[in-house]
Amino acid sequence: MSDSGSVLRKTALNATHRALKAKMVDFGGWDMPVEYSGLIAEHMAVRTGVGVFDVSHMGDIQLRGPGSLDAVQKLLMNDASKLQVGQAHYSAMLTPEGTFVDDVVLHKLSDNDYLIVINAGTREKDVQWVRKTIGMMPSVHINDFSDMYTQLAIQGPKAIDVLRKLTDVDLDAIKNYWFTWGKVCGLYNVLVARTGYTGEDGFEIYVPSDEATSARVWSEVLEAGKEFGILPCGLGARNTLRLESAMALYGHEISDAINVFEAGLGRYCKLEKEADFLGKQALLAVQTAGGPKRKLVGLETIDRGIARDGYPVFTLDGKEIGVVTSGSPSPFLKKNIAMAYVPVELSAVDTELAVQVRSTMVKSKVVPLPFYKKPKKTT
Amino acid sequence: MAYPTEYRYTKEHEWIAADGRIGITDYAQSTLGDIVFVELPAVGAELKAGESFGTVESVKAVSDLFSPVNGKVLEVNEALNSAPESVNADANATWMIKAEFDASQLESLLTAEAYEKFISEETGH
Repeated sequence: MSDSGSVLRKTALNATHRALKAKMVDFGGWDMPVEYSGLIAEHMAVRTGVGVFDVSHMGDIQLRGPGSLDAVQKLLMNDASKLQVGQAHYSAMLTPEGTFVDDVVLHKLSDNDYLIVINAGTREKDVQWVRKTIGMMPSVHINDFSDMYTQLAIQGPKAIDVLRKLTDVDLDAIKNYWFTWGKVCGLYNVLVARTGYTGEDGFEIYVPSDEATSARVWSEVLEAGKEFGILPCGLGARNTLRLESAMALYGHEISDAINVFEAGLGRYCKLEKEADFLGKQALLAVQTAGGPKRKLVGLETIDRGIARDGYPVFTLDGKEIGVVTSGSPSPFLKKNIAMAYVPVELSAVDTELAVQVRSTMVKSKVVPLPFYKKPKKTT
Repeated sequence: MAYPTEYRYTKEHEWIAADGRIGITDYAQSTLGDIVFVELPAVGAELKAGESFGTVESVKAVSDLFSPVNGKVLEVNEALNSAPESVNADANATWMIKAEFDASQLESLLTAEAYEKFISEETGH
């Protein structure tokens, strides 16, 4: 629910969403569309065809200057020295305790220029964190570009066919988690990244955030996608898509109370890199002590009932052992799925547990993550 | 007609017909979005006005069903177990339970006109 008295922020596409009769909600202080035609239809469009999301509420911090690599290495857990110009990777800003300030996607724009894409709800906190952490380095300029771009995520197996009609960029040459610049919808120097948070192939494009340009690009994308059944998609579908793909969401699977190993994101955390990034010492200590005590697992309910965020998890003999972080009916898999933290010794696949769904204990079992993996291309 | 005049309504967005059928309003189904699960009471269960008798779940939210009247559950709509989405398709025709109740209680509930006024104030449209 909204904080009373605070003004909701709007993206440049707010009027466009309203004209499409989207259901609007307060999302981390932003007035955002939760769904247009229906969550399930939008979800299925992305899994089987194509959908487009307004993700302009996300933040963008640029670090620029000769010290930018050092700054990024100190600030983020992944190893940015491995990135090539035009490449991006998943990473996170950590507290000294090895827990999450936020998860991010880092783009290497040039040798002395990095772009960090951050979450909407944590934007102010993140910008302050970056300034505090690396503020004493005169060789780095920190720019908050968050309000300069409208960011559209075109996602799904047909995303490439839609975007191909709007750009002269060679999209096939962009590998997953790489990006380039080019002409899109007649606009020059548009950043085109093969990224997204839906578990599908897709692209994210960054265009100038003025209302007229944003609305024009949005409608050109929808027009180009018509023949592929494109649907405008809201935060509801974004959430079920990322849940099926077991992607973490800040405030749910990750927070400043959960460390990297618990969240199962150790593969993005490079303890061996030289830089003494924030959180490294604490995580080395966790490793030395034999690893985390609890673990994020996938659950599928066996009995009828939908496990949701915050519902407690029990052993079958009634001992409370954990909590659900995200849960929903899965529109694609047609099962009720959830992610939950449970003790490591109860985290093995096929372990039977119970989730308390209001007054009922709903039998569930541990299943492998992710719940859904996009099919490998056969061509 | 989104709100049949022969029904009475609650501020919790249920409708009730004179024959005791109880469902949720078109406004409620559209607010919830795709409905995937309806949890209903047993036949014979007691109903208390303003108290929960079940839940309806969409993909994104859970919502309690509140009884418009005091009474008893006469019948439950078993078809909702396999086709909960029929609530989205036609909320007015898709009843959830049938109640045995004293009809005088209908007087205190909202008319279709009053309910429409209530939701227009609530949503600011």
